[in-house]
Amino acid sequence: MKSKGLLLALCCAVPSLASAAGSNAFNPDVALVLSGTYAQLGHDPAKYTIPGFALSPDVSPGDRGFGLGESELALYSNIDPDWYGFFTASLDGNNTVSVENAFVQTTSLGHGLTIRGGRFFSGIGYLNEQHSHTWDFVDQPLAYRAFLGDQYKDDGVQARWVAPTDLYTEFGTEWLKGSNFPAGGNANNGRGAWSAFVHVGDDVGDSNSWRAGLSYLSTKSIDRLSVSVDPTLDDQFTGDNKLLVADFVWKWAPEGNAYDRNLRFQAEYLQNRSDGEFTPAGLSALPYKGTSSGWYMQAAYQFIHAWRIGLRHDQLNPYDGGSAFIGTVLDTQGHTPTRNSVMIDYTNSEFSRLRLQYNRDNSGTVADNQVFLQYIMSLGAHPAHMF
Amino acid sequence: MKNTLKILALLALATLFRPAMADVNVFACEPEWGALTQELAGNKADIFVATNAHQDPHQIQARPSLISKLRRADLAVCTGAQLEIGWMPMLLQQSGNDKVQSGRPGNFQAALQVKMLEVPDSVSRALGDIHPDGNPHIQTDPRNIGVVAKALTARLEQIDPANASYYAAKGADFGKRWDAALARWEQQAKPLQGVRAVVHHDGWVYLFNWLGLVKAGELEPKPGVPPSAGHLAELKQELAGNPAKMVIYAAYQDSRSADWLSAQTGMPAVELPFSVGGTPGANDLFGLYQDTVDRLLKVLNK
Repeated sequence: MKSKGLLLALCCAVPSLASAAGSNAFNPDVALVLSGTYAQLGHDPAKYTIPGFALSPDVSPGDRGFGLGESELALYSNIDPDWYGFFTASLDGNNTVSVENAFVQTTSLGHGLTIRGGRFFSGIGYLNEQHSHTWDFVDQPLAYRAFLGDQYKDDGVQARWVAPTDLYTEFGTEWLKGSNFPAGGNANNGRGAWSAFVHVGDDVGDSNSWRAGLSYLSTKSIDRLSVSVDPTLDDQFTGDNKLLVADFVWKWAPEGNAYDRNLRFQAEYLQNRSDGEFTPAGLSALPYKGTSSGWYMQAAYQFIHAWRIGLRHDQLNPYDGGSAFIGTVLDTQGHTPTRNSVMIDYTNSEFSRLRLQYNRDNSGTVADNQVFLQYIMSLGAHPAHMF
Repeated sequence: MKNTLKILALLALATLFRPAMADVNVFACEPEWGALTQELAGNKADIFVATNAHQDPHQIQARPSLISKLRRADLAVCTGAQLEIGWMPMLLQQSGNDKVQSGRPGNFQAALQVKMLEVPDSVSRALGDIHPDGNPHIQTDPRNIGVVAKALTARLEQIDPANASYYAAKGADFGKRWDAALARWEQQAKPLQGVRAVVHHDGWVYLFNWLGLVKAGELEPKPGVPPSAGHLAELKQELAGNPAKMVIYAAYQDSRSADWLSAQTGMPAVELPFSVGGTPGANDLFGLYQDTVDRLLKVLNK
């Protein structure tokens, strides 16, 4: 067990030294992520829809003007020789505090096995597990917005096993409560979702490394809420969603030294089969059974130390349920939602970043121009990032 | 045809599960520890080195290949002192390997074995990228290697008792050769006593402590902050009044700032290996320090 004397020096406070002796020695690591945006959105974000998709009430292109993004408070530490604990609270600009992650996981099972319990981001895909302050763009890809409510987290258990192979091979499975979008209503007596995933990865020489994965998320919903055509109302869905995700990420840096130049490329393809009943607000239930899909491709290139440029393309292919859905959010309007984004960011240190991003958003039938200026900074300890 | 395919598939699968041929699987975080473990464990260990001397050890990704290697390791040999804090904790978490977790015998941290220099009284990120446990770049002083070698030998004996006498013999042999080499380098490097040198990053305090060099300035205005035009101009002015003999940078660093200062002041820019493999001469642990001393002496002999 590490006894870390952790120091947290805030701007004007006198830094205090926690020595190895003293009750502070076992304090967890504390980190606070501060972020905010200034956004110019052509269309009113309150009226945002993606034709053909039932969106989680929690997703939005952002707030117009100045907005406090998510402040994320993280506490983490070894608990005892066998357990590690991790907690993040997300505090948003509307003074809502939510428990984003709160889990314990094993450290000493050995044989490549790790078991996690509590609330966590599902290990499916690539982006789903990445905390928002590590994203290369201000927002999530359209496919994540549509199928996972930006990022799917739930309460439950996860087991992961790293195979004893030279080629990194990891299998994982989760049993989850089913309370958050795309699940909903804690179906099946609070066991409303499960997942299975596999990731492989390796290096190519000193300069390249990659990871690829295939994931499956099965969720049941009971009266799951989504935004209606009138954004003050909610539609409901009861039924099953089965999501398949294929993900791939490639990173390059000359001789593996990412200090001056590096490139990250990632792409994910999501395919969702829905089977159930969709009840638009104030109307009767409609049978809804079909497959929709979406994908994105993005690259971020650091061309000189601290400066990066990023490009992203999003596309969604909604299921067309026919004339029964005209007038509801599931009416595709014959439109294929796409979006193109470009960003440039400046990373002063590992702990502070400024970003300028432009989206040409064709989610809806009328294109929207969105410009964002964002800061993402963190103080305190800083948990190591995943690949 | 179907049977051939089946056999080929099985063979292909079998190659993925390469059995551990050595007695000890070692995951070395940096090349110097890989080289040291090689000296001390000989043919008993299968050693994987996670980084090379052309990579900044502060900026490594916790990538899949490192996870799979750490998963099978019996022993992880790293510097510690938060040098690997950006990636090693994530590898430990994702590896599912209990043997190499912190505090276990399979987790060896070299910095815990030596006297740390530049331990700060207080820390703040306003001061740049400073390490609360002291300057972690302990490998630049070969005397530290000798101390770490003794502790690493003991650790190898602990986790692989079947080969304990082999490790003891190897350790004793290495110790003799190392002491002889140390004496030789110290003799050769006598002219470097009191010599002033500018450094790119504050990574050389242990080297300077060993050879009696004096730090005349840093290209980075604060640790981890890249050299800025303003700071370099200030440094040039200071050196005009109190000159130095050379500006030193590590093999993994960009030489542009050092070259600029060199051109402005007339003193040579010297690339030092920093770790095994950093320069052609630093091909093993002995070469690392011989090449370092040679390159420093070359400046004086110009």
